[in-house]
Amino acid sequence: MVYGTLHGNIGRGDGRVNAPVIDVEGLRKRYGDTEALAGVDLAVPAGGVCAVLGPNGAGKTTLVRILTTLLRADAGTARVAGHDVRRHPERVRADIGLVGQRTAVDEVLGGRQNLILFGRLHHLCPARARARADALLARFGLTDAATRPVRTYSGGMRRRLDLAAALIVDPPVLFLDEPTTGLDPRARGDVWDAVRALVADGTTVLLTTQYLEEADQLADSVRVVDHGRIVAAGSPDQLKSALGGDRVDVVPRHPGDLTRAAEVIGAATGGPARVDVDRTRVSVAVTDRVATLTTVLRALDDAGLAAADVAVRRPTLDEVFLRLTADREQVPA
Amino acid sequence: MSAPTMPLTRARWALTDTATLTGRALAHWARQPGPVLVALLFPVLLVLMFGYLLGGAMAVPGGGNYREFLLPGLFTMTMLFGVEATYTAVATDAARGVTDRFRTLPMARSAVVAGRAVADLLHSLLALAVMLGCGALVGWQWHLGAARALAAVGLLVLLRTAMIVAGVYLALLLRSPESVAALQILVWPLSFASNAFVAPDTMPGWLGAVAAWNPLSATAAACRELFGNPGWGGGSFPAEHAVALAVAWPLLIVAVLGPLAVRRWQRLDR
Repeated sequence: MVYGTLHGNIGRGDGRVNAPVIDVEGLRKRYGDTEALAGVDLAVPAGGVCAVLGPNGAGKTTLVRILTTLLRADAGTARVAGHDVRRHPERVRADIGLVGQRTAVDEVLGGRQNLILFGRLHHLCPARARARADALLARFGLTDAATRPVRTYSGGMRRRLDLAAALIVDPPVLFLDEPTTGLDPRARGDVWDAVRALVADGTTVLLTTQYLEEADQLADSVRVVDHGRIVAAGSPDQLKSALGGDRVDVVPRHPGDLTRAAEVIGAATGGPARVDVDRTRVSVAVTDRVATLTTVLRALDDAGLAAADVAVRRPTLDEVFLRLTADREQVPA
Repeated sequence: MSAPTMPLTRARWALTDTATLTGRALAHWARQPGPVLVALLFPVLLVLMFGYLLGGAMAVPGGGNYREFLLPGLFTMTMLFGVEATYTAVATDAARGVTDRFRTLPMARSAVVAGRAVADLLHSLLALAVMLGCGALVGWQWHLGAARALAAVGLLVLLRTAMIVAGVYLALLLRSPESVAALQILVWPLSFASNAFVAPDTMPGWLGAVAAWNPLSATAAACRELFGNPGWGGGSFPAEHAVALAVAWPLLIVAVLGPLAVRRWQRLDR
């Protein structure tokens, strides 16, 4: 088997050229009274990272479990790598890798034994499975720990082995369900590097995350989900601009002036000024950067408030996310 | 990496996947020989405890050597104990996400259970060999020839097969490896309310009836009959038809719990 050719199969399943690698229409899933997915549409083109961003219980994992054939949807259709997940789950399984929230490796066996096991279950011949296991162990820095039982691995090592197990056959589509939850920053960085390397090789990655930074760092496109719906879609930059555009931040010289500064700035700009107590910062959305900056500075001067720092910046994805999930009336169309 | 479209390919994959997963279970034993050895030696301990510590006070129905009576009961009990090993292995995989990993692989899904079953049967055959050897050392033997002895072993394996199905079903139902503690307790009253250690006739009427109809009693009595060991006596229906019941009970358990287990497995995607 030549790994490179696998990627050429994408979209061939239905004969369409440039068909989305992940194509979801009207997907619904209900658990009792809870609507985990309330009609999700999603089209992910080949290559790059699509991040599905949302709080706990938003429906992210349900979506991934349906797309990876682990769960059956109540309604709607989903195609992955050109195959319908309902009608041809076995074809989907041959073309995907999954790193789930829980580590899904054998704790008793060693790392190498695990990878050989999964390789054999992908129907690689024994020699090929061994060679692939060794290559993946080397790639993820696990060669020294290859024979140790996995239960002695650190959280980061386990995650890397999990990722390696999902890459046995270099799947064209990779699903990562909160791959860095519970990892320390260094281990998180390792996973990010691995994802970037995969994308550089042409893999399409669908990643769910609660971390805005993760979406910002990795994603080409972001879907914000909440209560089983996609409430916003776009590139990280598009989402940031869609929500109030740029912001002006003011840090008062005296932290005690924070509330008063917010009142003054709010009154001067006519918009709600947000107080960020942790950073002793007042932040206001602006449409015209220079004009607002002048207005803000004049208003502060008039009120006799001194500023330690003033800056114009793009909103963080955090602010976008909080607005989208906390206040759904303000969702942009 | 083509999808399994041809029936022949599917069948071949089901076999190789089963072999792969049986190999995985064997690799587990090599990594963690402790629990395997305990499972092999614990019944031997029971032979010593019941054969020698308590055996002197036991009366064999119709007379005879108590250890000759006891051993077939302990063979049967060893098969029952197997349900714990099956349960633990399946529940651990389900709880850890390993089962989910298997379900996203292009492998034969039946192999997950089939691989487990083959490994568990191998282990039980080993346990039976140890017990037969141990029995021979303490004065137990078969008296009616190798063919009947083999038939008895067949009935024991049949019971173990039913326990595999029961273990898989319970594990998929509860999906909690810790709950094996409940199973470990439950096997004791189940074993003692049978003819494994004493004749049901010696128990209070209602309990004796429960013990007489206990599936373990059927297998134990059938083994005694086929090995030519002292039996439990009595003219009750289950005592008279031990071999038939030793075939019927495990088949009934498989017929009831088998479809339930399959349904549980299929409902993992609901």
